[in-house]
Amino acid sequence: MSDRFSPPRPARSRWTYARAQQRLAPYVFTSPFFILFLVFSLFPLGFSLFLAFHLWNPLDGLGNWRFVGWENFALALGARDQFWTALKNTVWIGLLSGVPQHLVALPLAFVIHQFLRRWQTGVSTVLFLPYITNAVAITIVFGMLYSENLGLLNYLLAQLGLGPVRWLAVPELVPYSVGAVVFWRYVGWNVILYLSGLQAISEDVYEAATVDGASAWQKFWFITLPLLRPMMFYAFTLTIVGNMQLFEEPFIMLGQGGGSGGAGLTSAMHIFNTAFRDLDMGYASAMSWLLFLAIFALSMVNNYLFSRDGGREP
Amino acid sequence: MTSQPLRDAVPAPSPRAPRRSWRSPGRILMGLFVALACFLSVVPFYLMFVWATLPSDQIFAVPPHLWFGSAIAENFGKMMDATDGFALRQFWNSLYIALLATATTLFFCSLAGFAFAMYDFRGKRAMFTFILLTMLIPPLVMDIPSFLVMNNVLQWIGTPRTLWVPGMANAFGIFLMRQYIVSALPRTLIEAARLDGATEFGIFTRVVLPLIRPILATLGVVTFVGSWNNFKGALIMKLSEDPTMTLPLSLRRITGGATNVNADWGATLMMVVLTVIPLLVIFLFASRQVISGLTSGAVKD
Repeated sequence: MSDRFSPPRPARSRWTYARAQQRLAPYVFTSPFFILFLVFSLFPLGFSLFLAFHLWNPLDGLGNWRFVGWENFALALGARDQFWTALKNTVWIGLLSGVPQHLVALPLAFVIHQFLRRWQTGVSTVLFLPYITNAVAITIVFGMLYSENLGLLNYLLAQLGLGPVRWLAVPELVPYSVGAVVFWRYVGWNVILYLSGLQAISEDVYEAATVDGASAWQKFWFITLPLLRPMMFYAFTLTIVGNMQLFEEPFIMLGQGGGSGGAGLTSAMHIFNTAFRDLDMGYASAMSWLLFLAIFALSMVNNYLFSRDGGREP
Repeated sequence: MTSQPLRDAVPAPSPRAPRRSWRSPGRILMGLFVALACFLSVVPFYLMFVWATLPSDQIFAVPPHLWFGSAIAENFGKMMDATDGFALRQFWNSLYIALLATATTLFFCSLAGFAFAMYDFRGKRAMFTFILLTMLIPPLVMDIPSFLVMNNVLQWIGTPRTLWVPGMANAFGIFLMRQYIVSALPRTLIEAARLDGATEFGIFTRVVLPLIRPILATLGVVTFVGSWNNFKGALIMKLSEDPTMTLPLSLRRITGGATNVNADWGATLMMVVLTVIPLLVIFLFASRQVISGLTSGAVKD
């Protein structure tokens, strides 16, 4: 990396095929990314920004749009639309699944790392399973567990003399039911992230603490947590960015409208419906840019929380 | 509540007496905590396999059946009927897209990663930083614009290309490859091959590729799984005709997602299992590889 401006430059700069292909090779090798990015990302992003200020139905074809200024953004931020409701639902489901995820994953990783190291590979393999599973398939299975009269959950509750709980029918319960699926899918992934963070902490630190008479709890609180901050920042960021785009679980479990009272309608679903059901591309584009800003803002908050009070920058 | 086991653990880990400590209540509680987590991770998989072997009217029986039945063939037949005979074709569609995505991603990402790891060239740092920055764009923002490009410009809507072409050379893959190649391959090796008269592309195919197999496996599995599970992409790109549909889309339709008319629970569960089996197979063979590959990238970061 240090000598990055010194490509082989022999004294006699005679053109040879070998030298030319050697100099051009890195540009050729990296060009696919830039070509694909131009066609499938940069151009589309510009187009979507353009559309955010227009009214357009894609069936009308290119060119048949009408400039509306900031109207799309005003509509989204006004009270008439579901934008705020969907954003509120998204954040709420995100908190219900995201907070417990880390509250469980962190101690779980610590326990596995400290006391069950022999089984670490096996355990993390099992916990990794939900993460790679197909969201549609697993959401269907959870939907069956939630079934009001015949589902396994209500059967188990009935054995305890409780229920039946209408998991997917009561609007207040819907975010919990959806959040549980998201929680289930990503706990293991966070455990694995934290485990790898724990492995990077030197054993010497723990040994020194043991010599000083620190208890397990003290070691967790004063050694593990502070040294795990970079990994926590990374894991939190993944959770925030992922949860803010939550789509498949509520979409499959509750249907396109987000279930009873729209309690499970997330921002991603609302944008999807606006774009592909109502064919209002301009408005949907505007909302997706607003959501992008929301994700960016939350990531910044996360960044701020982790970078202050003496924490090491990740 | 979740921190309870830790609190109990306080007296447990005394390195002086490791022999006896496993009996302590704290340790047993912690073991239960971990065992419960593993149990809950596996239960839904067990249930889907059990249900897929039960006749449709027994899947929701009270009390529930928790052991395998013998209705596999029956449910398979129902699944084929419910999809007008296209279920296996749709399985192939998903497989085809996932395999193409994996092959092209491995090729283009390792090629670019190799360039960033082993060459010094003007603009390298700026280009690499740019690639990393593109990872900050949330995929959701790309949904509508990429639909518009596919629909109104390229007119690719409804074809498998829409799902594997845009991601062939992606930022994550290039980053992963570059990190691995930097730490695993010495530059002298490249120099030696060059002195032997190999072309740059020859060096890549004959020297680099064979030596980066572990990370190819990691990226390959990640790409395959991501593509196989891609529901929203297929939904947006309208691979919605019987012969072009991918498995997750078909799965949603069979549950009545679009019409609210459920075909049949036996058929549904058979398709759930069909969707999950390739993932389980890959997982059995490569989970360790993937876990270590992915997390080592995160740590080094």
